[in-house]
Amino acid sequence: MGSSNSSVNNIPNAQELMQETGFSAAHILRLHERFEFLDKHKCGQLRLVDRPTNQPQDFGAVQELALNPIGDSIISAFFSPGQETVDFASFVRILAHFRPTDRNQSRDGAQQEPANSSIRKLKFAFQMYDQDRDGKISRAELLQVLRAMLGIQVTEEQLQSIAERAIQEADLDRDDAISFDEFRKSLEKVDIDHKMSIRFLR
Amino acid sequence: WILGVFFMFLLLFLCCVGGKCELQESKPAPQTNLPTVKPFPNEAQAFPNEERASLPVFTMDYPRIQVPFEFTLWVLLASFAKIGFHIYHKITIWIPESCLLITIGLIVGAIMHAVKEEPPAVLSSNVFFLYMLPPIVLDSGYFIPTRPFFENIGTVLWYAVVGTLWNSIGIGLSLFAICQFEVFGLQDISLQENLLFASIISAVDPVAALNVFEDIGVNEQMYIVIFGEGLFNDAVTVALSSMFTFLADMPIVESTDVFLGVARFFVVAAGGVLFGLLFGFVAAFTTRFTHNVRQIEPLFVFMYSYLAYLGAECFSISSVLAIVTCAITMKYYVEENVSQRSCTTIRHVVKMLATVSETLIFFFLGVVTITITEHEWNWAYIMFTLLFAFIWRGIGILVLTQIINPFRTIQFNFKDQFGLAYGGLRGAICFALVFTLPDTINRKNLFVTASIAIIIVTVFIQGISIRPIVEYINIRRTNKDLHTINVEVHTRVMEHVVCGIEDLCGQWSHYYWKDKFKKFNDRILRRILLRDNRAESSIVSLYKKLELQNAIELLDTPMGDLSAAPSMVSLHDERKEASRPKKMFLTADVRKMHDILSKNMYKIRQKTMAYTNKYNLPDDSRTREILIRRHASIRRSVRASSFREPSEQNIPKSQKYYSLQPGGDLETAFALRRRSHGDGLQFSGASPHSSSRSLVPMRKLNTIKESGTVLDERGPGSLGGSSLRGRRAPVPASRRRSSDWVDEDPTDSERTGERDEPVRPPQLPPPRGWLPENQDPGGNEAGNPLLRHSSKGS
Repeated sequence: MGSSNSSVNNIPNAQELMQETGFSAAHILRLHERFEFLDKHKCGQLRLVDRPTNQPQDFGAVQELALNPIGDSIISAFFSPGQETVDFASFVRILAHFRPTDRNQSRDGAQQEPANSSIRKLKFAFQMYDQDRDGKISRAELLQVLRAMLGIQVTEEQLQSIAERAIQEADLDRDDAISFDEFRKSLEKVDIDHKMSIRFLR
Repeated sequence: WILGVFFMFLLLFLCCVGGKCELQESKPAPQTNLPTVKPFPNEAQAFPNEERASLPVFTMDYPRIQVPFEFTLWVLLASFAKIGFHIYHKITIWIPESCLLITIGLIVGAIMHAVKEEPPAVLSSNVFFLYMLPPIVLDSGYFIPTRPFFENIGTVLWYAVVGTLWNSIGIGLSLFAICQFEVFGLQDISLQENLLFASIISAVDPVAALNVFEDIGVNEQMYIVIFGEGLFNDAVTVALSSMFTFLADMPIVESTDVFLGVARFFVVAAGGVLFGLLFGFVAAFTTRFTHNVRQIEPLFVFMYSYLAYLGAECFSISSVLAIVTCAITMKYYVEENVSQRSCTTIRHVVKMLATVSETLIFFFLGVVTITITEHEWNWAYIMFTLLFAFIWRGIGILVLTQIINPFRTIQFNFKDQFGLAYGGLRGAICFALVFTLPDTINRKNLFVTASIAIIIVTVFIQGISIRPIVEYINIRRTNKDLHTINVEVHTRVMEHVVCGIEDLCGQWSHYYWKDKFKKFNDRILRRILLRDNRAESSIVSLYKKLELQNAIELLDTPMGDLSAAPSMVSLHDERKEASRPKKMFLTADVRKMHDILSKNMYKIRQKTMAYTNKYNLPDDSRTREILIRRHASIRRSVRASSFREPSEQNIPKSQKYYSLQPGGDLETAFALRRRSHGDGLQFSGASPHSSSRSLVPMRKLNTIKESGTVLDERGPGSLGGSSLRGRRAPVPASRRRSSDWVDEDPTDSERTGERDEPVRPPQLPPPRGWLPENQDPGGNEAGNPLLRHSSKGS
């Protein structure tokens, strides 16, 4: 919980972040604490691997994430392409995707799509598969995720079949890959807001 | 209407019989005033008069069979009522079944009252609680959707416990306040009695509410909350009513009693859960060893749950909780240990018993309403009871939801809350409970009448009106769509994502507990309780089920030709029923389909062999022999594991097989494929639309584009259950291996044409059998070619 030592004002760009992501001050505080906790080297950035020694660091140090089947996909989603570090602002921005959707929010057309809208959540999920960011989930990418999730329980053939079937079901334009629209369509019955929301503790 | 007439006859018959026998019981003297419509020949009485009896050619000894006979007739009567409703399907849309049953009960009660008969004492406390209630609760517990339930367990318990407390105390106090007014003449009802009565009627009855909710199909959250609330408020009710009963006898209440009451509640609740867990685990453990006595496997489920119930009753702890917990614990492990058929049997019997019980309960509610002679009607009390029940429930839901909404990810909006409040129907449980009130309460009849009134009002008025209201205010409904693989995979991914993000943020949520439990489960519980401990991912099992469904759909279309009447009809009905709003959940349906499929697949194959395939031998015995021979030879070749390459070239290109898109039917699938996969499919001359041959193309194998070779001819095995695969699916080697008859090289030579797949042994191993097959060392053959091809292809 928030300690009384730091206040929101100590965090750079706090107001902007709150505006942009919709987090409250208490949330930002807590996330900042967490960020600092993860940032063992106090360099203000999180990285995946410690360059010189190639030891897992920061992100890699979160144990449970290492056990998560798609943990590395999740981690790599934090890093913008090409970058090796994540600063607090990016950290919060990504996490903002998981805020529960404000149902009765009315937006005027000019405002940008809020970070925690369904589309953004879906995009995040899509990114889990689409590692090379080409906008499509190819069969290989799908297989990779499936393999990670199912592990040793299934044989390669069953995996292939499952992937095949998944593509069969979703692929409407028959290009043997699932585009973001097809992805969205296949999940239209699922309550994304519920599935991809976290109640952030204050 | 013919049914109606028949129905009335049965009714009258029953009345006479009932009347006659009741009278016989109560007045052993020869009946003088038999109000029978159909005079019953009672020759047994005539005989004693004769001095020397000749050999009785025709005797009748009714009293001997009386009790079971009457029971059966009542059950039949209620079941006919049920059939009658469903013939006029439109009725059940607008009026929930419970209402209809009560109405019929009222009519029957009126008839019986007119002829001055006593109905059988079904709703007496003992019979109700020991015989009628357990099946219903077992059904609820067995088919509870565990995942949403455990995700919402906090909310459910909150509403059940706190909500019921709030309701009881609120209603009790307000009624007591009303009783203070002299004008109503109710001053002799003390506070304790009021509280007692309030605790009885504030319990939402799961049976009635769910009856209504399932038909409408409200969203899952509401459903699970009402469901859980209905089940778990039993603990509160039991505790409260026993506490207040005890207190009602005492003139003064001391604070220690209140504490004891609270303590009693915890004993009741925790005791029930522990009992259930205990029996559940013992049951699971027992089924580990039953693989040699498959016929009695279903028995264990019922016996153990009933034992749990009775044991809890014995100790006056919450028996409903016990049996529900037992069912939940047991189901998971038992369904893995028992055979498919036992599984189906268990599900069917649970459903059947529950339906019978429920029907009888509502029916007798109506009957008893009229035939009770000691009604005491007090306008004020009853009106105010209704009013307060409504008000307190509404306020209660509102307040409770406000408190708990911040803790939920899907919050209840006002519409949901209204639905929850309005859906709080009372049912038979409170009626039976009110009968258990000690007779020392001098206004017991008033309570009985009041509770009947409130039950009837809530069931009729709320039950009938809730549907239009729900539709009008547009409460979020559930989506009953079938799961696709995509949905399953993606939701799993999303769960992992959320889990990971939470770990990153250093937060826990229920995923944490879920994970912990899963680990505990896998490591310890499954080892002890399961016979074959093989973990199977839910994605894989769902996938298998979906393939099965495809197979069923394929089979279903050319139904006209086949005369395997009963089984086909039931399969067809299963599918029809699957598309209507149903009480069962998808996996149950799919399992049933699976079972039916396994039976029918075999039959179909044998039958269609005769006339779909001109190359095949027309009579069964030869084909069966060939089957067996092939089976044996395939087994041998599997061991040998030698053949892949040579066989491939032999297979004519016309071997194809494919599966339908889920939900698709044959015609469109054909059209689709012809359009889009011109190169892929070549039918070997048989027009796809000829019904007699339509099964054959089904069995043709696909050429796999990416692998470049025709891997799947082994597939004729393809019809073995779930082996209908994707058009371009890389071979279902797993399935092939699972059915040992995969490798056809020895059979190739025997094949006269392309199409003797029908002669494949229609083995349908239960899905879980697939996995071990994969580890079968003899079955390694599929590993090589597949890997090779898949590396080429993908």
